[in-house]
Amino acid sequence: MKLNTIASVAALAAAGALMATNASAQSRDTIQIAGSSTVLPFASVVAEEFGNTFPEYKTPVVGSGGSSGGLRQFCQGVGENTIDIANASRPIRAKEITACAEAGVNTIIEVRVGYDGIVFASDASTGHFELTPAQIFEAIAAKVPQDGELVDNPYTNWNEIDGSLPDQEITLVIPGTNHGTREVFEEKVVLPGCESFDEIEALGDAAEETCLSFRQDGRVIEVAGDYTETLGRLDAQPNAVGVFGLSFYDQNRDRLQVATIDGIEPSLETIASGEYPVSRPLFFYVKGEHMGVIPGLEDYAMYFVSDQVSGAGSQLEAMGLIPLSDDERAAQMEKIQAKTPVTAD
Amino acid sequence: MASTAETPALAGAPSPRSNRDVVEQNLARRHRNEAIFRFTGLGAILVGIALVGVLFGSILIKGVPAFTQATMTLEVDFDPEIINIPERPVLQASQSVAEYEQALLSWRRRLAFVNWNKVIQASLAKVLPAAADNARDAAGMIASGERIKLRDMVEADPSIVGTTQAVSLVAAANVDVWLKGNIDRTLPQHMQQLSKLQQEWSDELYQRGVISMAFSTALFTNVDSRSSPATAGLLGAIVGSVMMMLIVLVVAVPIGVMAAIYLEEFAPKNRLTDLIEVNINNLAAVPSIVFGLLGAAVFINFLGLPLSAPIVGGLVLSLMTLPTVIIASRASLRAVPPSIRQAALGVGASPMQAMFHHTLPLAVPGMLTGAIIGVAQALGETAPLLLIGMNAFVASVPSTPMEQSSALPVQIYLWQGNELRNFFEARTSAAIIVLLAVMITLNALAIFLRNRFERRW
Repeated sequence: MKLNTIASVAALAAAGALMATNASAQSRDTIQIAGSSTVLPFASVVAEEFGNTFPEYKTPVVGSGGSSGGLRQFCQGVGENTIDIANASRPIRAKEITACAEAGVNTIIEVRVGYDGIVFASDASTGHFELTPAQIFEAIAAKVPQDGELVDNPYTNWNEIDGSLPDQEITLVIPGTNHGTREVFEEKVVLPGCESFDEIEALGDAAEETCLSFRQDGRVIEVAGDYTETLGRLDAQPNAVGVFGLSFYDQNRDRLQVATIDGIEPSLETIASGEYPVSRPLFFYVKGEHMGVIPGLEDYAMYFVSDQVSGAGSQLEAMGLIPLSDDERAAQMEKIQAKTPVTAD
Repeated sequence: MASTAETPALAGAPSPRSNRDVVEQNLARRHRNEAIFRFTGLGAILVGIALVGVLFGSILIKGVPAFTQATMTLEVDFDPEIINIPERPVLQASQSVAEYEQALLSWRRRLAFVNWNKVIQASLAKVLPAAADNARDAAGMIASGERIKLRDMVEADPSIVGTTQAVSLVAAANVDVWLKGNIDRTLPQHMQQLSKLQQEWSDELYQRGVISMAFSTALFTNVDSRSSPATAGLLGAIVGSVMMMLIVLVVAVPIGVMAAIYLEEFAPKNRLTDLIEVNINNLAAVPSIVFGLLGAAVFINFLGLPLSAPIVGGLVLSLMTLPTVIIASRASLRAVPPSIRQAALGVGASPMQAMFHHTLPLAVPGMLTGAIIGVAQALGETAPLLLIGMNAFVASVPSTPMEQSSALPVQIYLWQGNELRNFFEARTSAAIIVLLAVMITLNALAIFLRNRFERRW
C-alpha cells in the first residue's frame, strides 16, 4: 500500500515535470542575453527599465561570460534554448560569423550602443602615473628594444623606464583573453606603443607577434574574471596598475586614481571627443531568426538605442557610457528595423 | 658461590635505584608527550575556532549594518497634474475579455510613462526647499527604483491620485554609504561620489530625522536591481533557491532512498553490486563543477530545457546530492539491528513487509538527517549553477521552475562583482548571512529530527 502511494506520487511528479517541459519548449517569453562584462551593467539597467516600462513584456535576463563566451553561445544555433542577444565589447570576428552560419544563424544584426573608455588606474595611496603607450609597452613586453636590438625586458621599476614615472615596482593587471577589453588594450595601447620604436619597425611581419608577447616573470597578471577581481588584485598588491573600464573607475574613485595617457585624463568628454586614445565602441548582436518569435526582442533593441535610454543625460551616460552621435543612432535604428545582417570585412 | 656468580649479572643489570631513575625519566617523558599531544589537539581546535570566529565575525561586522538602510519618510503628493491618467478600465458587459485586457495594458503603459521622478522631487522639495532648484542633485538622493513603488501604489489603488500619502522611500545607495561612513568623508571632493550639496543635504536630513536607518525590507521583498542598487533585494534568489531545493527533495530523496533500500536489503552481493557501490562512493567525491558540465550538456543541449531555470539547477543539484542520500540511507539501514529483521521474518513477514513495517521506520530519522544535510549542501552550491547560466542578471521572481531565476549563492557571487563596491560589500555580507541562516536552520532541523525520532540500542 505505502509503496504504491510513494510510487504513484513519484510517477505523478515525473509526469508533471515532463508536461511542464513540453509547455515551455513551445514558447519562451523572456529575452535571453549573454556576453561582455563591460556591456553587462548597461544592458542590465536597460533590461530592468524595459521590464518596468513595457508591462506586456517580461524583464530580459542578462548573463555574462565575456564577449567571446557570449558570441560562442550566440552561435550555438537557433531555438528556444539558445540566447537571443550577445553583448560584445569588440566587433564580431569573421570566423564567428562563419560559426554562426554553420549553426543556422544567418541574420546577425549588429547594433552599436555607445563608446567606453579603458583606463589605467592604481591604488589611490600610491604614486600618480602619467603614461604613454610606449611606456606601457616597455613595462609589459617580453622583449624590448634597447640600443638598436631586442633584449629581454630588464625593467623592474617604473622609473627605470622613464625618470618621470614613480619609483614603484612594475606589476600590471590586465584582462584575460576572454575579454573584449584585452583586444582593445592590445590594439590601442600596446601596438601603437610598440610600433613607435624603430627596432620594431625593422622586424616587418614579425613585429606584431613580438609586440604582443608579454613578459612571463609574474609582473603581468591576467584576470579572467571581472573588474572587481582586478580591484582585488590592487588591494593585495598596492603597487600594481590595473586596466579598468571608465565606468568602473568612476564608481570607485575613492579607491583608485587614474593615469593619464599622453597627458590626457580620461573622462566622458575627452573620450567622446576622441582626444583620449583608448576607447572602443560597444555592441550587441541580435539574432534575426528570433525576431517575431521571442516577444519584445525588436522593442528591446530599439529601446536600448533610443535617445532617452542611452543618449546624453540618460542613466547610462551617468554610468559611464559615451553616447552615440545622432547620425549613428539613426543608423542603428534603421539596421534593427530593416534587419540588416552584419557582413565579414 | 651464588653471590660471586650473581656479581656479573648484578653489575650488568641496572641497580634497583637506577631502575627507578629510568622509570621516572621515562615517566617524565611520557607525561611530557601526553601534554604535548593534548596541547596540540587543543591548539588545533582553538585555531579552528579562531578561524571560524574571524570568518563569521568579519561577515557579521560587514553584513549586519546592511540590514538597516537609509530611508526617507516623505509626504508624497500624488499630483493629478503630473499623474495625468484616465480611470482604470473595468470590464464592461459589451467588451470581450481580450478587449478589456488590451485596454488595461494601454492604461498600465500610460502609467509607466508618467514622470514619477517629478513626483518624488516635488515631495523632496517640501522638506528641502533647495532641492527644487537643483534637480540633478535632488534626483540623486533617492533610489531610482522607488518610482516603481509609487507606480505600483497607484496601480493597486488609483483613487490615491490627488491625495497626499506618507511614503517611506529608500535613499540612494551613495547616500547610505555616506551616512554609514563606508566612504572616507575626508577624501577630496573629486574622489567622492556625492556632490557637496548632496552631502550637506544627507547630513541635514539625517539630523532632522527625515532620513533614518530603518530595517531594509527591500532586501527581502525586492528582486535584484542594477539601475537602482539601493533597492536591490534577494526575493528572486530566495524563491529560485527554494524551488531548486524542492526539486532536490522530490527527485533525489525518493530515488536515493529506494536505491539504498534495494542495495542494502535486496540486491545480491556480487561483482556488479560491488562495482555499483564503489561507483556511488566515487560519485560522492566528484567535484560539483563536473555535475554542472554534465547538466549543461544533458539538460540544456540535449533535452532542450531553458537556460538559467531552477528546473535545470534542481536536477543538477539532485544528481549531486544523490550519492550523499544513498550513502546516508544505507548507513542508517545498516544501523538497525539485524534482530529486528530476523524477528519480523521469524513471525512470517515477507522480506518487503519486514523492510517497510519494521526496518524502514527505525531508519527514517537517519535517512532524514542525510537528506537534509544533502539539501543544505546543495543550497550552498555555486559552481554547477554558473555553468547552466544561472549567473545571469534576473530582475523578476520566477513563478514556475521553468522560468529564469537566480539563486542565493549565485546572487552573492553577482553582488560581490558589482562595481559599486562601497555599497555592495555590505550588501554581499548581508546576503551571506541570509544564506547561512537558512543553512543553519536546515541543519538544526536535521539535528532536531534526529534527536526526536532516533532510537538508541
